[in-house]
Amino acid sequence: MPIINAVRVLSDKNFKSDCTKKPAVIALAGNPNTGKSTIFNALTGMRQHTGNWPGKTVLRTQGQYIYNGQKYVLVDLPGTYSLLPHSAEEEVARDFLCFSYPDVTVVVVDATCLERNLNLVLQIGEVTRQLILCLNLMDEARRKNLIIDSDLLSRRLGIPVVETAARNGEGLNQLRQTICDVVNHRITPVPTPITYPPDLEQAIAILEPQVRQIMGERLNPRWVALRLIAGDQSFIRSFFSSLPDAGEGVKL
Amino acid sequence: MSQNHPLSSLLRQSQNISGLEPAKATDSIVQSIYHTAQKIARETVQMPGSRIQNLDRRLDNIFLSRIWGYPVMLILLTMILWITIIGANYPSSWLASGLFWLEERLTQGLQFLDAAAWVHGFFIEGVYRSVAWVISVMLPPMAIFFPLFTLLEDAGYLPRVAFNLDYFFKKAGAHGKQALTMCMGFGCNAAAIVSCRIIDSPRERLIAALTNNFTPCNGRFPTLIAMATLFIGGSSLVLGTQLMATLTVAGFILLGIILTFVLSYFLSRTLLKGEPSSFILELPPYRSPRIGQVIIRSVMDRTLFVLARAIIVAAPAGAITWILANTYIDGTSLLSSFAAFLHPFASHMGLDGFILMAFILGLPANEIVLPILIMAYVSGGSMMELESLGDLRQLFVVEHGWTWLTGICFMLFTVCHWPCGTTLYTLQKEQKNAYWTFMAFLLPTCTGILLCVSVNYLVQFMHLL
Repeated sequence: MPIINAVRVLSDKNFKSDCTKKPAVIALAGNPNTGKSTIFNALTGMRQHTGNWPGKTVLRTQGQYIYNGQKYVLVDLPGTYSLLPHSAEEEVARDFLCFSYPDVTVVVVDATCLERNLNLVLQIGEVTRQLILCLNLMDEARRKNLIIDSDLLSRRLGIPVVETAARNGEGLNQLRQTICDVVNHRITPVPTPITYPPDLEQAIAILEPQVRQIMGERLNPRWVALRLIAGDQSFIRSFFSSLPDAGEGVKL
Repeated sequence: MSQNHPLSSLLRQSQNISGLEPAKATDSIVQSIYHTAQKIARETVQMPGSRIQNLDRRLDNIFLSRIWGYPVMLILLTMILWITIIGANYPSSWLASGLFWLEERLTQGLQFLDAAAWVHGFFIEGVYRSVAWVISVMLPPMAIFFPLFTLLEDAGYLPRVAFNLDYFFKKAGAHGKQALTMCMGFGCNAAAIVSCRIIDSPRERLIAALTNNFTPCNGRFPTLIAMATLFIGGSSLVLGTQLMATLTVAGFILLGIILTFVLSYFLSRTLLKGEPSSFILELPPYRSPRIGQVIIRSVMDRTLFVLARAIIVAAPAGAITWILANTYIDGTSLLSSFAAFLHPFASHMGLDGFILMAFILGLPANEIVLPILIMAYVSGGSMMELESLGDLRQLFVVEHGWTWLTGICFMLFTVCHWPCGTTLYTLQKEQKNAYWTFMAFLLPTCTGILLCVSVNYLVQFMHLL
């Protein structure tokens, strides 16, 4: 099996993207078994092993491609159901999305079970603004006679939606173009915030300014406030290990 | 430092500010997210019922059925092995005759060049021959088994295996996803050790990693196939014998799976006590596999990759074997003395010194155990010319006195012995704990020795031979 040799796990410092000359870093996130690796292979021309079972990708994989003369580094993250990680590989995905500041995050979702997949999309939308929804497995959705109004979906979520069937190469050019547009700020996604019950919203309103004071805007202060209210120890741990004096990671 | 960071103090204050219990707040957050997702999905998706979903359900009714689930699983396994055994037969013998024809030409070439005897010995009898054996014995089964297995994977059957086996793993105190890592083991144990990361609890992950070696990997089950073919005579065209050979291999794989359960049970009651944790396993939809893609991918990625690794290891191993066989101290070669040294112990296990030595020298990669054994036998004395796979039987049975018991014990030890070098290295890298790496070495080795000794003495005691 080539997995071991082919996979290169890079340390986070390789992904700093504050310099415009550096390639844009694109994260591929999504629930397990939605075809992230297939999209990864299709875009990069690489040959990561793909398989029809959840949990196939346990390591972070990266590859690159060039579109319109611009270089993109694509990072294939392990599948995750939520950003409240329950396992080591979910933590890998969460930490990358939160602390490596990819230029764009593409959430790959299974069009045949949109509702469950949207949970992750909504959560990632709380972390980053630079978000694209990739509605994959559209061929299967059609086979199952599902009709998805992706314009409405895009408006409701506040982010661009691209329909793809990566196995047949359908919609991939549209995806490349959309990534390019978001990277170059021709499209500005504005993820619709989730509304929480009044007691939570009140607490957020108090905490959010204080968080902003400490951390600035790099991480969405509203989301950090929520993590604090939820007492998310694993997030706090990862946050501290991402600080510069912890050795590796990104400057805040 | 993290204690004094303003975020830490803010975390401590946040409970007072919100007046909410963290667990309750988490629930409330999750609920809001789910509610929003539900609302958006209902607005944007229309789903009239369809036939496809019904087809998926009907397939699951068979594959996941309490009655049919296990038989279907066994039948699929047997079918794959059967196709592999029948299909591997011809290419194996073609490759063997082709490669040994080439060997003769190379020998003639060297004679023409008036090369020294040791040059011919070292390069032709050592390096070339072991590589030729690896290619002709190992390549065809791999080239057939991998695509078939990948087809099942692509179609979405593997998670269903996990679903079916979950009951047993739970009984064994292990994690149901261990079925997936076990299936990965058919490809490569080292890759399977990495895939154990899909198991969340460290205890269950360790159980999965320690018992993974009982799944014969692609380096070992061609050995099983070769042995079964050799002893049960799959090379004859009779359907019955082919089926027998298939069932034998399937039986040894099943034994490996049963041992996985037994040792998982043992571990979760002794060294790694604990309750099995629950988990959600998503059953993906059945997808019709992309056959062309699957064949190209599995041949290019898996077969050639594994073969390249085998050849890289086989060439030096063949050279070392040749040197050992041709370095004489007091009239006996180092190879023979080493084998003679191992022989007393090996004979308790129903093996001989050469076999045990081949397993030891095969530590870098399981693919080369059989080639090393052939090399050791051939260079050990009679120097007979092997020109086809049929001659192997002659070599093992007539020249070295193998019985069916030797074959059984050889296959037993193939399924249960130490993990290969790559797997041990991966284990060490994943767990970063020499103790568990050593346990992963000890566990299958002790099991194998115990099984071989028991079978050997049981057969002798009952005068079956």
